[in-house]
Amino acid sequence: MTAILVISVIIGGTILLSWPLGRYLKWAMDPAAQPDGIRSRLDHIFGLIGGFAARKPQNWKRYALTLLLFNGVMFVVSFGILAMQQHLPLNPDQKEALEPSLVFNTAASFTSNTNLQHYSGEVSLSYFSQLFALMWLQFVSAATGIAALAAMARGLSGRKEMGNFLLDVQRAAFLVLLPVATAFAIAMVLGGMPMTLQGSVIVTTLEGVQQTIARGPVAAFVTIKQLGTNGGGFFGPNSTHPLENPTFFTNALSMVLLILIPMACVWMYGRIVGNLRHAGVIFGVMLALLLLKAGSAVYFESAPTVAFSDLPVEQTLGNLEGKELRLGTTTGPLWGVLTTSTSNGSVGAMQNSLNPLAGLCALVGMWLNATFGGVGVGMINMFIFIVIAVFVAGLMVGRTPEYLGRKIEPREMKLAVICLITHPLFILGGAALFAATAWGAGTVRNDGPRGFTEIVYEFSSAAANNGSGYEGLSDNTLPWNLATGLVMLLGRFIPIVLPLAIAGSLAGKKGLAQTAGTLRTDGLTFGLMTFATIIFIGALTFLPTAMLGPVAEHLAYMR
Amino acid sequence: MKLLLSSIRVAVASSAICVVGYGALILAIGQTLTPETANGSLLRSPDGEIVGSRQVAQSFSRVDYFWPRLSAVDYDGAGAGGSNLAPTNQALAERAAPVLRRLGATAEHPVPADLVTASGSGLDPHTTLEGALYQASRVAEARGLAAEAVREIVAGEAFSSAGPFTEGRIVNVLELNLALDALSAREGAR
Repeated sequence: MTAILVISVIIGGTILLSWPLGRYLKWAMDPAAQPDGIRSRLDHIFGLIGGFAARKPQNWKRYALTLLLFNGVMFVVSFGILAMQQHLPLNPDQKEALEPSLVFNTAASFTSNTNLQHYSGEVSLSYFSQLFALMWLQFVSAATGIAALAAMARGLSGRKEMGNFLLDVQRAAFLVLLPVATAFAIAMVLGGMPMTLQGSVIVTTLEGVQQTIARGPVAAFVTIKQLGTNGGGFFGPNSTHPLENPTFFTNALSMVLLILIPMACVWMYGRIVGNLRHAGVIFGVMLALLLLKAGSAVYFESAPTVAFSDLPVEQTLGNLEGKELRLGTTTGPLWGVLTTSTSNGSVGAMQNSLNPLAGLCALVGMWLNATFGGVGVGMINMFIFIVIAVFVAGLMVGRTPEYLGRKIEPREMKLAVICLITHPLFILGGAALFAATAWGAGTVRNDGPRGFTEIVYEFSSAAANNGSGYEGLSDNTLPWNLATGLVMLLGRFIPIVLPLAIAGSLAGKKGLAQTAGTLRTDGLTFGLMTFATIIFIGALTFLPTAMLGPVAEHLAYMR
Repeated sequence: MKLLLSSIRVAVASSAICVVGYGALILAIGQTLTPETANGSLLRSPDGEIVGSRQVAQSFSRVDYFWPRLSAVDYDGAGAGGSNLAPTNQALAERAAPVLRRLGATAEHPVPADLVTASGSGLDPHTTLEGALYQASRVAEARGLAAEAVREIVAGEAFSSAGPFTEGRIVNVLELNLALDALSAREGAR
């Protein structure tokens, strides 16, 4: 009963918020042809900041190039800051130098909006690193995603000039992320989250023991971590840490922020391409999958800790290992599903202590990576599924596939399929390599099928740009840092550039008028078609892996 | 080239506004409006010494104190973490065995699960109301207090985290132990 209430309020409440936010996103990212005074004044300022190059309209190639260039700057700057943190200011707890492969992994991780952390924030990083390298990347990587979606949507609505990336990224960062983050960060700080630049405090406990308590500029960091589907926590255990998530109020806000912009992006997409009903169908498909996973995860997690079955332990609250009491029992599995559905990666409970099938629900989210998905990029991933769905549907009824009035031809299909295949390739290839060698097998926390799942989870998280993990995996090693670093970067930019290319290609085609024979994309039939495509083409690839890991563990151990 | 220069300009502007501007604003609001929680919710003993944070669990092992949930990091406030043990892993049972003995668990009097599980952060400052009541008689006996009085303190400290959104009631162990010390001081002064 509590679970149903929590799920309804969090997800239902965010759906309500996403509708006006979607309208605002359209205004911010793709204003109407004759904008009013304030809006055009803002664009003028962004043009001044960026210079001449920020004012020229760009086709898909130029847009993608600028996106990669800007992200390259992001990577280099953050790499430099992290590499020199011991020499930089705002380091009250005297944090030392970081190991080079960790610097590479962290810079790649936050640049790609993944926020995979092979380190623990309060142990290894200075405030300067957390703020100027990581928090900065949390803003601009999220802005990159929103910009890319806006550009792709413009292309699909027929515009070959898909905007200007440097203008779009400023719009996203300053008009969308900044105000929303500010409002919510104020709420978080008023709700009890720490926000200080003082170093850690050393106290003497009631039993006379010394305890060092780390704190820091948490409220500002955590808000944009959630809002931008970044996920990297200020503290190692992320939002299970009492200072990163002190009350159920901050907990609820955090979960709302998790899915807020990903949901709003669907509406923004619908408004830019000019078909809100179609966006509604897509929203419905994503929501159905999300609720399925959330409900299942909560159900599976309610089974008590099976290791205590023969012990005198009273278990009325389900599996409590790795959970925090103030957050309630629904938070662990619900957050675990929301975070992997949106490539966020923050956690409200230790993922590696979830029951096997609850963990599978989290894994599925990353394998599909489109049930709302990351900020901007979630809808871009869904676009690939839509293209495939339209293609298959067209074949089934013997018509040339077309989407939003433009024909999907072999060129677009090739790009879509390549894009689709890279995801399981990275996950399964990487997991196979590491599971078969000491690189992975020697680093797992739990034996048996769970250990295998830990390895699969890590690569799924990197490829999906998620960032959560089955922690306990000793992943701060050279092989893990290099492999996941590479997978994160490729898993981020290939699924952005290829869809931009598809949109650019479609934009150049003549629009077809809608006739009685057109496959409609704004009805229930299309919704079911897309749902089936996602399941059969997205999920089936991973079925063997699911059997070897979570399902095997469930069958072997759970009663 | 021009594109690179423009990228750098946007990078600088975004850092100035989104890191410095945003960070400074939130810092100012936190330090002015909610300085106590903004600086870590530190708690003081009656004689003014800082004894810990309301939000962060600390180690208790004496018989006359209430014990918190298990911590995989031994209550290290500067290096938090969970056990990351799978619920199917027998290591959990091995870890629980000595704890169950210390708590005096029997089949007729089983221990509430929160006392034998490690929290996600290792710093969960709460136990369930049941978890605290389970220890009440031990603590009362060790301090020479009436068990009823101790149970009253526990009930007074118990609260619901979020009403219908969470289950049951929880107790902050540090605040409970501080209240306990205050009770002992009052009883001792008589």
